[in-house]
Amino acid sequence: MILILFQILAEGLPILRLSFFLESPKSMGREGGILTTIIGTIALTVVAIIVATPLGVGTAIFLREYTRESQVSRIIRFGTDCLAGVPSIIFGLFGFVFFVIFLNMGWSILSGGLTLAAMILPTIICTTEEAIKTIPYSYREVSYSLGGTKWQTVTRAILPSALPGIFTGIILSVGRSIGETAAIILTAGSSLVMPNSLFSPIRTMAVHFYILAREGISMEMAYGTGAALILLVLFINTIANWLLNRYIRHRS
Amino acid sequence: MYQENKVVIHEFNFYYDSVQALKDIELNIRPNEIFAIFGPARSGKTTLLKSLNRLTDLIFGARHTGTIFLDGKDIYDPKLGHTQLRRRVGIVFDLPTPLPMSIFENVAYGPKLSGKNRKYLNGIVEKALRSAALWEEVKDRLQTSALRLSGGQQQRLCIARVVALEPEVLLLDEPCSGLDPISTTSIEETLVQLKKEYTIVLVPHNIQQASRVADRAGFFLNGELIEEGPVYQIFAKPRKKQTEDYITGRFG
Repeated sequence: MILILFQILAEGLPILRLSFFLESPKSMGREGGILTTIIGTIALTVVAIIVATPLGVGTAIFLREYTRESQVSRIIRFGTDCLAGVPSIIFGLFGFVFFVIFLNMGWSILSGGLTLAAMILPTIICTTEEAIKTIPYSYREVSYSLGGTKWQTVTRAILPSALPGIFTGIILSVGRSIGETAAIILTAGSSLVMPNSLFSPIRTMAVHFYILAREGISMEMAYGTGAALILLVLFINTIANWLLNRYIRHRS
Repeated sequence: MYQENKVVIHEFNFYYDSVQALKDIELNIRPNEIFAIFGPARSGKTTLLKSLNRLTDLIFGARHTGTIFLDGKDIYDPKLGHTQLRRRVGIVFDLPTPLPMSIFENVAYGPKLSGKNRKYLNGIVEKALRSAALWEEVKDRLQTSALRLSGGQQQRLCIARVVALEPEVLLLDEPCSGLDPISTTSIEETLVQLKKEYTIVLVPHNIQQASRVADRAGFFLNGELIEEGPVYQIFAKPRKKQTEDYITGRFG
């Protein structure tokens, strides 16, 4: 693990200059920076998280608080478990057929983001369910006994306690979204043009890295992108951890 | 006849699936008295308490026959909401159950659910903490987490949390189990104070506690009410043999 990290950072860090982050790629990425791919990565991830979080958290709450263990809940859970094991390229294919062609969204941030959302949904459902499972029954009983309705109990007693767990799921999902390539090439394209709407095609950093290396455009720039990608993930995780710890400290 | 009694329990039977937990209970509870329900484990004490504010609704497969009247009105009347009932009949559980939030937020939880404004909350939190004899100990740290209080303080916090709803009836399920004698004394003193404003139904920690604080008591065995009467009579001269066996067994 450390060797891989060391190798990429050793090759990549010398490339990293401020201009590398702030300039758009030139001549297929042989020169210039990686600005459009950073924006592409962030845009896709944000769309995926915004779509998948309410859906996933909602599903988990439904499964845990609004239904008893039944045929329906077992089928839903079985479905999400299966979905979690599907290779990302299959999600890519589904996104390509459904969002890109059938819904006529084309290669775009929206198609890619929705495909990623479907891909990370099982993770969010699962981590949220686990988080809700660990909440003592007494919290619910107390909330109901003080005259709380079901909705008030969920929003005021259960969700705040489950938040750290939900957050962990989101962070895992962000990691997967940032690192994804196959599904994105099929649904968001690999354009290097600066996107101007949700319907613009984009290229993410991971896809950029793949294309630079695969097509032998520039190994140097590929490593630079790789190093930047690692730094981005590191940065996001550090911030997330800090926020999470602050929240937990505040409540105990 | 209903006007004289705060709570009237009439021909009340309660079942968990096929197990009958309460058998044909007839019991009247008068306003501003402390009524102690005592008996061995699994005799239906907690079930009766939870029936009084319909917390038993949360249990799957539970059902009842007969009725309970509060101020002459049937609490199981489908036209009356159970959230309204639970605001009038508050419960304190056997173990302290603070929610993972600040002391203030804990006490304000109930009134907040019914949409009370900030000014009202500030007033009621102080009043409730005072009547639970906790105000002096926590007034300078209302914003710290309730989880940092000691066990006895947490239990008094739970009493304050119920009192903040300004209920009419207080149900206490062994509020002193797991507490040291000093905390127990302070909770007992609190109860005697609270009696002036509320009707209290108490499952005492032991028989001595019942005789210290209660006005009347009822002895439960295997879901049946064996006998009820004023505390001085029921402990000194029980009419039924089972009651006598239980009391002497404990003392002797």
